[in-house]
Amino acid sequence: MSALAFVELEEGLVKKSSLEAVSYASSVESDVTAIVFGAMNDGEADKIGAAGANKVLHVADDSLAQPNIMAYASAIAEAMDKEGSNLLVLAKSSLGDPVSARVAIKTGASLATNVVDLPDTSSGFKVKCSIYTGKAFAINTLSGDKKILGLKKNAVAVKEDGGSASVEAFAPTKNDGDFKVKVTNTEKATGEILLPEADLVVSGGRGLKGPENWGMIEELAKTIGAATGCSKPVSDMDWRPHHEHVGQTGVKVSPSLYIAVGISGAIQHLAGVNSSKYILVINKDPEAPFFKAADYGVVGDAFEVVPKLTEAIKAQQG
Amino acid sequence: MKILVCITHVPDTTSKISFTDNNTKFDKTGVQYIIGPYDDYALARAVELKEVNGGSITVLNVGEAETEPTIRKALAIGADDAIRVNAFPTDAFFVAKQIAKVAQEGSYDLILMGRESIDFNGGQVHSMVGELMGLPSVSPVMVLDIEGSTARIQREIEGGKEFMELDLPFVAGCQEPIAEWKIPNMRGIMSARTKPLNVVEPTGDEAPVKVEVFEMPPAKGDVKLIDPDNLGELVNLLKNEAKVL
Repeated sequence: MSALAFVELEEGLVKKSSLEAVSYASSVESDVTAIVFGAMNDGEADKIGAAGANKVLHVADDSLAQPNIMAYASAIAEAMDKEGSNLLVLAKSSLGDPVSARVAIKTGASLATNVVDLPDTSSGFKVKCSIYTGKAFAINTLSGDKKILGLKKNAVAVKEDGGSASVEAFAPTKNDGDFKVKVTNTEKATGEILLPEADLVVSGGRGLKGPENWGMIEELAKTIGAATGCSKPVSDMDWRPHHEHVGQTGVKVSPSLYIAVGISGAIQHLAGVNSSKYILVINKDPEAPFFKAADYGVVGDAFEVVPKLTEAIKAQQG
Repeated sequence: MKILVCITHVPDTTSKISFTDNNTKFDKTGVQYIIGPYDDYALARAVELKEVNGGSITVLNVGEAETEPTIRKALAIGADDAIRVNAFPTDAFFVAKQIAKVAQEGSYDLILMGRESIDFNGGQVHSMVGELMGLPSVSPVMVLDIEGSTARIQREIEGGKEFMELDLPFVAGCQEPIAEWKIPNMRGIMSARTKPLNVVEPTGDEAPVKVEVFEMPPAKGDVKLIDPDNLGELVNLLKNEAKVL
């Protein structure tokens, strides 16, 4: 039996969440193929191999270099068929989610998403999935021969001790019907660490009083290599762009460390961060509900604490 | 323009989540149900599109009889009629099959729903419906403008947005700020009582994914408070205890 992992690139580099998908697949099946679209930087195939894939199917076709949900789904379904894959593993993302749903219909596979752990195959095929925006889990049984799993970030650690992967060119069949959606432009913050991918996140709330005060959040984030996020009111007031809004109706994050600055911790915000491994809350109100959900807390004025914390970290970094 | 808006009937976002029957059933005690917040955005945009372009809005829910008050609320907000597929929404595939069948029979120009339900957070149904019907699907949509038979869309992606163009019909999963939520007025509430709500039986499809049991996350320990004048200790804890720096 073999597994296929869908690997996404970000400016030629393999996304870390995709390496988690490869690692996950190689923990379930010994024979793992990764499928990659577009130009890939030198050395990236080695990372995929180290994560546990023995083969990389590379689609170099120019017309498929830019993400195309329908065409990618067709190509992946074709690759599963060609490789005899009974399992497709991918990371949840704005591309992975719709692609996996379409592949599920094309191949008749059963699909589980928000998977947080390796499957239990002792009787049937069971996976643990995050539900109610991280407030609970469901243990799901997947029926049928073919399965697709969409992983939540940090479901497994990235392996680095695999072998090397051979790279094979793959030219999937193209269907005109898959090119109905025209992407006319893409606006993307460059040079930033993407929030859903980030291992460390620093978020600011209304306590920061205005967008002009975000410098200290960005400085702290830069110092530790974190992405920046914000609460809903902050994005509603246009202090920060919507793609930084963390919470029930925004981005759900599961980093190793979430630092919340001047955010009271409304239940809707907590829903977006409750899968974080550790939470640090900085707030001047000792009664802020966020402290109840936190591992570490500092009761103090953000305008004093944050710059001091940044300095303390810099001092330790030498 | 004929618009189909698919809604979920879900616990309010502030609900306490717990389970009964040996963690096999959601505990509905004291839980208030609402139109899924993302679905509410889809409905609000549909009402705006109808105001400009004319046409009709049909609201669709896959659910048992208990969801009818939620469906009536959607009628009060501005849908013209409603269809309830009389079945418990077991998994994304099952729900997508029901929606695709209704959508095919009604030949709609636009099929809108939320980007995901807030109970299972799958975000799979719109793409499955699209694939089942051979239509494009786009999600999460933040801006949806229609001119003639062409739509201009802004879709959120990691760290930014994508601008796209496509022809009707298609499926869209919606999120803020596509439209402002609409609060039903008294006239809407009165007229909703008499708007048609048709109940249809489900297709015979089986759900490939079944919940065996629910689990709650482990309880969080007490917060460790650090003196704001001793942030070196905090850095030390983050580095050596949590091992995250």
